[in-house]
Amino acid sequence: MVFFSVDKLEPICKDIRADILRMTEAAGSGHPGGSLSAVELMTVLYFNVLNHRPQELEWSERDRFILSKGHACPVVYAVMARSGYFPVEELLTLRKLGSRLQGHPNMKSLPGLESSSGSLGQGLSVANGLALAAKIDKRDYRVYCLMGDGELQEGQIWEAAMTAAHYKLDNVCALVDYNNLQIDGKVEDVKGIAPLKEKWLSFNWHVIEIDGHDLEQVEKAYAEAKQIKGKPSIIIAKTIKGKGVSFMEDVAGWHGKAPNSEELEQALKEIYVQEGSTLKN
Amino acid sequence: MIVKMKMKPTRDGYGEGLLELGKTNPLVLVLDADLSKSTRTDWFMKEFPERFFDIGIAEQDMLGTAAGLALAGKIPFVTTYGVFVAGRAWDQIRTTIAYAELNVKIAGAHGGISVGPDGATHQALEEITLMRVLPNMILVVPCDAIETKKATLALASLQGPAYLRFTREASPVFTSESDIFEIGKSITLKKGTDLTLIGCGPIVYEALMAAEELNKLGISTRVINMHTIKPLDKETIIKAALETGAIVTVEEHQVMGGLGGAVAEILVQNSPVPVEMIGIQDTFGESGTPEELAEKYGLTSRHIIEASKKVLKRKTCRA
Repeated sequence: MVFFSVDKLEPICKDIRADILRMTEAAGSGHPGGSLSAVELMTVLYFNVLNHRPQELEWSERDRFILSKGHACPVVYAVMARSGYFPVEELLTLRKLGSRLQGHPNMKSLPGLESSSGSLGQGLSVANGLALAAKIDKRDYRVYCLMGDGELQEGQIWEAAMTAAHYKLDNVCALVDYNNLQIDGKVEDVKGIAPLKEKWLSFNWHVIEIDGHDLEQVEKAYAEAKQIKGKPSIIIAKTIKGKGVSFMEDVAGWHGKAPNSEELEQALKEIYVQEGSTLKN
Repeated sequence: MIVKMKMKPTRDGYGEGLLELGKTNPLVLVLDADLSKSTRTDWFMKEFPERFFDIGIAEQDMLGTAAGLALAGKIPFVTTYGVFVAGRAWDQIRTTIAYAELNVKIAGAHGGISVGPDGATHQALEEITLMRVLPNMILVVPCDAIETKKATLALASLQGPAYLRFTREASPVFTSESDIFEIGKSITLKKGTDLTLIGCGPIVYEALMAAEELNKLGISTRVINMHTIKPLDKETIIKAALETGAIVTVEEHQVMGGLGGAVAEILVQNSPVPVEMIGIQDTFGESGTPEELAEKYGLTSRHIIEASKKVLKRKTCRA
């Protein structure tokens, strides 16, 4: 498996951000905010961490990734396309009638997705089931699960947290995209979830806290989680909703709103500002 | 004259079915939510402890975990009371399981008002409605312990999500091991030409007793055991309407959207005939013995006979 160094990952992250914006603009709807905040987490996962074969989807030993925060599917579709699951051009079919890229992930329409999701709070349970099966069969694959922070208000997450610790599912690595925003405002204003680290520690998880946009920290966190035995791990990634686009950053309103064409153009300029105005395809 | 058969709870049929699956199918796993002594999954647990998972009092988590197990190629049988699995975990069943067509088998124990003294909170009266409205879902309501065991085995061989409804109380065993059970194919237990009783679950026995009385009165009564609510045996229903002209549906369940609703949908679109529905008439249950509750809530053969006479009055003569 090819390993991408940080300086190779940075341009990929730019492309992923551009993909998210382009596909939601083309769709006229979608969830850019919570997709942009997860870009580094997902890029490192799909390019460096996941043991997977994009050309051999049924490979039984593959690591599994569950997108519990299903609305962030733009970032997942983008990393899937960029890592070889399907052509990048297909990204622009997001949410269109007949598209394989449904508004929320449909595993029946897009091979490569490990579950269908969209109703929050359910993915960690699913991840546990996959991990449990691996333990039963003495298989080595790992299971990753990305959750939103607002999503942690769902009780089922905590049921699953208990299950993972109870069954010592050290093959589970959960991720929290901790951008502190939900639809109706700041998470701490709607229903506070802090202190997160202490909560997960008390649920008998190994906890890793990082800056979710620092590629090196993300890399190290995944590696650390892999070493932990006897308990599941969670990476609490402090992120910024809408990261990479100045007018979207830390703004609740960009949770589920697509950019229009002017906003897209502005956003792309900001993303590629380091490399001049050449737009990649 | 129907010989009084032995009495056995349908949940025992489920327990036995699981034991057999444990021996023959290594992919089968069983999950429960702290009710294994009641649901009979503890029989499987004792024989195959490494394949049994008590997820605790966490039904939504249990369904999600089962989804993950199914994604990994296992055949999980998720078990708890009908009120909890069909109610509390409905979204999990809908969005994570049915939408993705996952191979999860959902066993809803303690279906019906015959749950008895526990009262309304534990008497599941809505699962048929809740489950049949889900695309890709298979829904089976067996009539006795023997049929419940067969259904359990049959569902393990089928690919895709399925719901199995069974009950708490000992009920008459009136089918035999040699009867053929096929998902989606109803069983005509009694031939008849004047009206048809279509039922599901242990209450089908009450329908048989009612038919016996009606036959004595010269009313030739057909009885159909509609064990599979989804996919529904439409052909047999339409045939019964065309050939007998009057239907009484019989279920230990709300009359809205259950078996009665399902049958009515078919008839109204194909061969409308008068229909009377035996079932819970839009109320919750309450504490009582199963016998008292059946009497009070209109679920006995006597009530079925009354409904039959009523539906016959509404039947127009055919040339």
